[in-house]
Amino acid sequence: MVQYTQTRFDASFAALSDATRRGVLEQLGRADASITDLASKFHMTLTGMKKHVGVLEQAGLVATEKVGRVRTCRLGSRRLEEEAAWIESYRQLWSARFDALDNIVEELKRKEKIDGHKQRK
Amino acid sequence: MDTSRESEPAPMTDRTTVERKSERELVVTRIFNGPARLVFEAWTKPELLKRWWAPKSFGVSFLSCEADVRAGGTYRFVYGHAASEQPMAFFGRYIEVIPNARFVWTNDEGGEGGAVTTVTFEEAGDETRVAMHDLYPSKEALDGAIASGSTGGCCESFEQLDELLVTRGAGGS
Repeated sequence: MVQYTQTRFDASFAALSDATRRGVLEQLGRADASITDLASKFHMTLTGMKKHVGVLEQAGLVATEKVGRVRTCRLGSRRLEEEAAWIESYRQLWSARFDALDNIVEELKRKEKIDGHKQRK
Repeated sequence: MDTSRESEPAPMTDRTTVERKSERELVVTRIFNGPARLVFEAWTKPELLKRWWAPKSFGVSFLSCEADVRAGGTYRFVYGHAASEQPMAFFGRYIEVIPNARFVWTNDEGGEGGAVTTVTFEEAGDETRVAMHDLYPSKEALDGAIASGSTGGCCESFEQLDELLVTRGAGGS
């Protein structure tokens, strides 16, 4: 977990070290945009912008989706990843609780059985 | 029928599911091997509740556990954690209690962004399916709970890690 976080962190860091890429993130924070939009906004060739977006995408800061001929960029899958990680740790908490609850239900069942026998006698 | 598969117990971790059902709602489910009245009893009697609610494997332990499970009654759970000097308190009140079937409580420790939790108990044969719904007042409130990293019982270490990352990020920009 720590190792993974560190690697991801380094990737983010590298991605954010460039002024254009920081500008792209800021832009996408306002609205989704196609690579063509971004290229013209930042006075750049399509190929150049594709490279920048690729670096941001690698770092999980930007997600892209191709619909027809247009590749649309939006702010990253990072948040979804974080949500998935949170849901998994929430599940682990409840799973641990419920394992303990299982034991108590077993105990109550046994106790009820014994008490039931006693009452019948 | 595949008997070899049946004799193998399912991995523990697969038996509890968590799903974000909607923008404002989380649902946790699990099937228990016992009648609803016993599962309900274990959820609602403080002396039983305190034996499972704070799992040892998460390093948390109860300092106190009060639960007056009836409509209008309140609860207050206080636990300690090895990694934190401050005890954590969780509290709220019960809105609705239908014995062996359903109960609903508020989570007031977080102020107005707290969820309303509904737990239902559905008996089928010898088993009881428990579903716990956390309904947040808004999408933002649930997003905020997720962004905080805290799951309400286990995540001080994640929070510390987050702080470390934020500090490093700020130092480097």
